[in-house]
Amino acid sequence: MNESASHVFAVAKREWRAYFDSPVAYVFIIIFLMLAGFFTFSLAQFYEARQADLNGFFQWHPWLYMILVPAVAMRLWAEERRSGTIELLFTVSVTPLQALLGKFAAAWLFMLLALALTFTVPLTAVYLGSPDIGAIWSGYLGSGLLAGAYVAAGMFTSALTRNQVISFILAVVIGLFLILAGYPPVTDLLARWAPMWLVDGVASFSFMPHYEALQRGVIDLRDLVYFASVMVFMLFATQVVLKNKVGR
Amino acid sequence: MIKAKDLVKDFGPRRAVNGVSFEVEKGTVLGFLGPNGAGKTTTIRMVAGFLPPTEGTIHVKGIDVANDPVTAQKSIGYMPETTPLYEDMTVSGFLRFLAEVRGFRGTERNNRVDYAIERCFLQPVRNQTVDTLSKGYRQRTCLAQTLLHDPDILLLDEPTEGLDPNQKQVVREMIKEMAAERVVMLSTHVLEEVEAICTRAIIISAGKVVADDTPAALKTRSTQYNAVTLSAKGKDIVPTLEKLPNIGKVQSLENGKILAFPEKGQSIAAEILGAAQQHKWTVSDIKVDEGRLDDVFRQITATEDTKKKEVA
Repeated sequence: MNESASHVFAVAKREWRAYFDSPVAYVFIIIFLMLAGFFTFSLAQFYEARQADLNGFFQWHPWLYMILVPAVAMRLWAEERRSGTIELLFTVSVTPLQALLGKFAAAWLFMLLALALTFTVPLTAVYLGSPDIGAIWSGYLGSGLLAGAYVAAGMFTSALTRNQVISFILAVVIGLFLILAGYPPVTDLLARWAPMWLVDGVASFSFMPHYEALQRGVIDLRDLVYFASVMVFMLFATQVVLKNKVGR
Repeated sequence: MIKAKDLVKDFGPRRAVNGVSFEVEKGTVLGFLGPNGAGKTTTIRMVAGFLPPTEGTIHVKGIDVANDPVTAQKSIGYMPETTPLYEDMTVSGFLRFLAEVRGFRGTERNNRVDYAIERCFLQPVRNQTVDTLSKGYRQRTCLAQTLLHDPDILLLDEPTEGLDPNQKQVVREMIKEMAAERVVMLSTHVLEEVEAICTRAIIISAGKVVADDTPAALKTRSTQYNAVTLSAKGKDIVPTLEKLPNIGKVQSLENGKILAFPEKGQSIAAEILGAAQQHKWTVSDIKVDEGRLDDVFRQITATEDTKKKEVA
């Protein structure tokens, strides 16, 4: 393993353990699974709908992530800055890029673990009927990518401040924007005064069309590129913030 | 091994460090002194590669720290002033993490961690989580972290701050031991510490170097240096002493002792003893003052303060 990779790995390992050394991981996973189940079985009426697909399960994920992912990500940098450990981290030959990749990997993997633990939902669908297995896999792919995009956004807001509450709120707002940007009430509001290209531009930022395509079982390279670019952009923005803010 | 040239650091409109230069060679324990806010921590942070200087350069073993902090930091062990630690980790877990970041794996990593734990007397708390540690143990855990990769340069920002006298003694002994093959640069405002362990002292005030010398040489700048305290019985001691050629001021102290200052820092004990013999005083005690660092410190930094006020 080369040196940069080993730095990323060491930081990721520490972050991963930090989740499980405190009650955060367990509380989070339990709440996530309970809410996912509640939305699927009660609100979306999974049984009553008598349809062997997981739309009722996946459609709630953007909202669930909007609230829960910032809670996972808010600590990543705000805590380092508040407690001063960032001074330690950045004086032991670790670069900001290595550190942020490690933290991002740990937080995303943690979300993927939580997501993987929802496996009982597709198993239920398979047991009760014959759902489109391909659509389930692509739905999980979409949800995983969505989680990654939220984690990246949450990490960005975490780097902006040493206050975790502020980080949380900013991340929720960014998440809300990315959900609602393409939603008709929002685009209509914009369309009243903004030129069409701007409305389309804002709408194209939205998670939803990309996520819904994957949920339907359509794996389009453009959607994958969209999620990848949101993550890369947020990670890049985090790096810029870290380079400009740390210790100053 | 450390070469800092014309360092300047601005925080917005405020200039924290204003043209600091120094060079440090192997085997030196450099004490970095100065009043609060003088720029000690900022300078050390720049040497550690945490802050880039606004102007000037720092080379550590020939490597420009601002250009290549990653390489420079490989030869540096740095203990920040606030002794930051990951609160939810155990002491050994914390050290294992830093050993991994420093590039050690497996047995090598464990050996390094064990060595640092032993060196800093952390055995009793090695499995305790950091947030349960007392101040002294926190300090030493943070110090242990600097030893993992056996660096040539140790930068310690107030290493004994907040420790009890016994712990201070332990940490000082450790620093002394480690210094032989290394450069140790430590900041402090405890002057006895400088006398106890430093081979060189730099005093900075308002972002500038105002003195750079050995502690012993610095002490000679004290007004107390070579002053003689005399306990003696006899006639007209004070007027007689005042007439001696090299003696400046003479004071009678409240406890009956007499304090004589030399004119220009010369040794005056012999002269005084000569006078005592001549005038048949009975001398019960005589003490020559070695000078006091805190005196020098106040002299130097106070004048800087007044200068600042004049400018303002």
